[in-house]
Amino acid sequence: MKYIDEYRREADAQKFIAAIQRVVTRPWAIMEICGGQTHTLIKFGIDRLLPQQVTLVHGPGCPVCVTPLELIDRAIAIARRPEVIFTSFGDMLRVPGSRDDLLSVKARGGDVRMVYSPLDAVKLAQKNPERQVVFFAVGFETTAPGNAMAVWQAKQLGLQNFSILTSHVLVPPAMEAILGSPSNRVQGFLAAGHVCTVMGYWEYEPIATKYRVPIVVTGFEPLDLLQGIYMMLQQLEAGRAQVENQYTRAVKRAGNVPAQKLIAQVFEVTDRKWRGIGEIPRSGYRLREEFAAFDAEKRFDVGSLTAQESPLCIAGQILQGLKKPRDCSAFGTKCTPEHPLGAPMVSSEGACAAYFSYGRA
Amino acid sequence: MADGIAEGQGGKKAGEQLAMGLQCPIPISEYPHITLAHGGGGRLTQMLIEKMFVPSFANPALQTLHDGAILDAPSVHLAFSTDSFVVHPIFFPGGDIGSLAVHGTVNDLAMCGARPLALSSALILEEGLPMQDLWRVIQSMQNAARAVGVPIVTGDTKVVDRGKGDGVYINTAGIGVISPNIRVAPTRAQPGDVVLINGAIAVHGIAIMSVREGLEFETALQSDSAPLHDIVARVLDVAGERVHVLRDPTRGGLASTLNEIAASAKVGIRLNEAQIPLDDAVRGACEILGLDPLYVANEGKFLAIVARESAEQVLAAMRAHPLGKAAAIIGEVVAEHPGKVYLRSRIGGMRVVDMLSGEQLPRIC
Amino acid sequence: MCVGVPGKVIEIQPNAAGVTMGKVDFAGIVKEICLAYVPEVKVGEYVIAHAGFAINTLDETEAMEVFETLKQIDDLSELEIPQP
Repeated sequence: MKYIDEYRREADAQKFIAAIQRVVTRPWAIMEICGGQTHTLIKFGIDRLLPQQVTLVHGPGCPVCVTPLELIDRAIAIARRPEVIFTSFGDMLRVPGSRDDLLSVKARGGDVRMVYSPLDAVKLAQKNPERQVVFFAVGFETTAPGNAMAVWQAKQLGLQNFSILTSHVLVPPAMEAILGSPSNRVQGFLAAGHVCTVMGYWEYEPIATKYRVPIVVTGFEPLDLLQGIYMMLQQLEAGRAQVENQYTRAVKRAGNVPAQKLIAQVFEVTDRKWRGIGEIPRSGYRLREEFAAFDAEKRFDVGSLTAQESPLCIAGQILQGLKKPRDCSAFGTKCTPEHPLGAPMVSSEGACAAYFSYGRA
Repeated sequence: MADGIAEGQGGKKAGEQLAMGLQCPIPISEYPHITLAHGGGGRLTQMLIEKMFVPSFANPALQTLHDGAILDAPSVHLAFSTDSFVVHPIFFPGGDIGSLAVHGTVNDLAMCGARPLALSSALILEEGLPMQDLWRVIQSMQNAARAVGVPIVTGDTKVVDRGKGDGVYINTAGIGVISPNIRVAPTRAQPGDVVLINGAIAVHGIAIMSVREGLEFETALQSDSAPLHDIVARVLDVAGERVHVLRDPTRGGLASTLNEIAASAKVGIRLNEAQIPLDDAVRGACEILGLDPLYVANEGKFLAIVARESAEQVLAAMRAHPLGKAAAIIGEVVAEHPGKVYLRSRIGGMRVVDMLSGEQLPRIC
Repeated sequence: MCVGVPGKVIEIQPNAAGVTMGKVDFAGIVKEICLAYVPEVKVGEYVIAHAGFAINTLDETEAMEVFETLKQIDDLSELEIPQP
């Protein structure tokens, strides 16, 4: 496949690894923000090919993992209603709520359907005027343009039966929360490539300056990650703290302007609770007043919900990179992909699931 | 309609394929759908058997219409297998639930090293199933069985209430004969053995997904469902008892099947990602949906674990067969890490390939 | 997060609500993708697709940048004195 295979060649990967070994003189802790990057690192065994001194800390870049428990419970309550067709990306279907998950709702007769794109949910609403179609809009900034377009299109079409349940989270505030924490040991960030494709990377410049950490916008293929790590280590060894772009084939400093415009039209920034971490100010999106009619939280009154996390789950510390999955007492024993206690074990790119499946016990 | 009955009564015409264009022998103007009465055991059930099933599957053992079929088998080593088929949608690119049901059990017998002798077919039909759809499925089963040369000698039909079935469910069971010098079993895998596969992985699973609502592609990928008894026979011909394990990686994909074998035989297995055959379009689909092809279902594919000295011969035998043109050596059996499967990635890193948990779902994150 | 896959645009068409859609070819698999966010894209060019949307075009020149760096590493490694 073009633009994929070229970035997976062994000889080239070995060259980067050798270059990394030559440049490293002392220990460094680097965080990759994005779950998709964690996935690549472990799937291709890159973490084991790097020199010992380079520690990769896995960040909270798993929007599935950080969606608040209350919101999952709310989604489940909405999905149970007979008039609702509840649509979602595959990622969210197995995430445990307080008692249940969306797949169990489906097993018991709820109309829960997986879609590839939010526009598929809009199509369903058009085809089923007598049903209420709800879309679980989960994601980082990458997914926001799609969700914005779906809502905008629904408004254009005058649909009365389409709404979204929003769980959008933003990367820069999360980075600041991690860097601002007294227990932080992250010295450099690999920024999420596709988030930056949409939003650009100018937002990271003040962060790099304020906290004196290098930030490298990195892609998702093995060579992208290796080059990103190499660029990061060169900065760290030289004492620099700049924002650099490794993923130049898909990212420009300004980002995708038409996408940002529609996001701003449909959404506004709001405070958001991150599962396992707590509330981070101005770290999420919610629908603007003009689009309130498409807000599933307002449309469906499901009463008050008391959310209950498993007392054993240390997801929050894992998502902040403070602990590794194997530090958790329940890892691999009470908590496995078959019966997960928390989100990072369910989402295929949560750190716990990745560690478990790819044998990092 | 008359043609169909005449064919059954006249016996098999050698080498003849029943054309899909033949008219359904049940008068559709009178019976456009399956009703509960068709499963009642009375006149309508008899009509289905006498007008549709017997003429379609036409063979002497079936024609006696007894509770079971009586077959002649000299004292031999027998393989016996059963499988149920609930695939949805029932018609998909490259096949349907009927052909899948025949190939599935024929292949399970082949994985025992057996030549298929006879099949049974049990149908569970949902009230309201269009008669034309049943006709299509029956025709497809007979075409598949005829191509393999295996008769469907006994069967059963039940009808369930509307809403209690998914159109059609099929169970097929089969008996096969194993030659004396063949002994395949998952426990026979041993360190030093080589792992081969007869072609590209993940095709069937992606073909099914590509017609599911919410995930449709503009390109229709054909399922690779096919009967493997013949290519397996060629492999057994060249390597005999040096073929240690035969297995078709259906649900759960290559990864799950190899994990089962590793656990059974208490050996380790090492795969080489760069050597696992994967078609471009299937790969593209897996990339878009965020799926790992190692966990996607296969049909028409089988793994052979053979003694190292026979590896090249087996590879050549596979490649000489139409169903094995893309055959490859994909890994080896080792004494280390018993019960675990490791993969050397394209870029040289190592990772564990675990069993599948639940169902692999497409992801965007 | 963000499974984004590169694909080639083979067709461009506006749809009912005035939103530009297109057909994108991912090495043989073709899927309908929304092209509204890449208004300047032409047939034959590559885009990155995520959840049914093209979020950017792929810059072919920049795509070679990784390999330029690799070549520099090669040249450097021949000049470098190994560290003690």
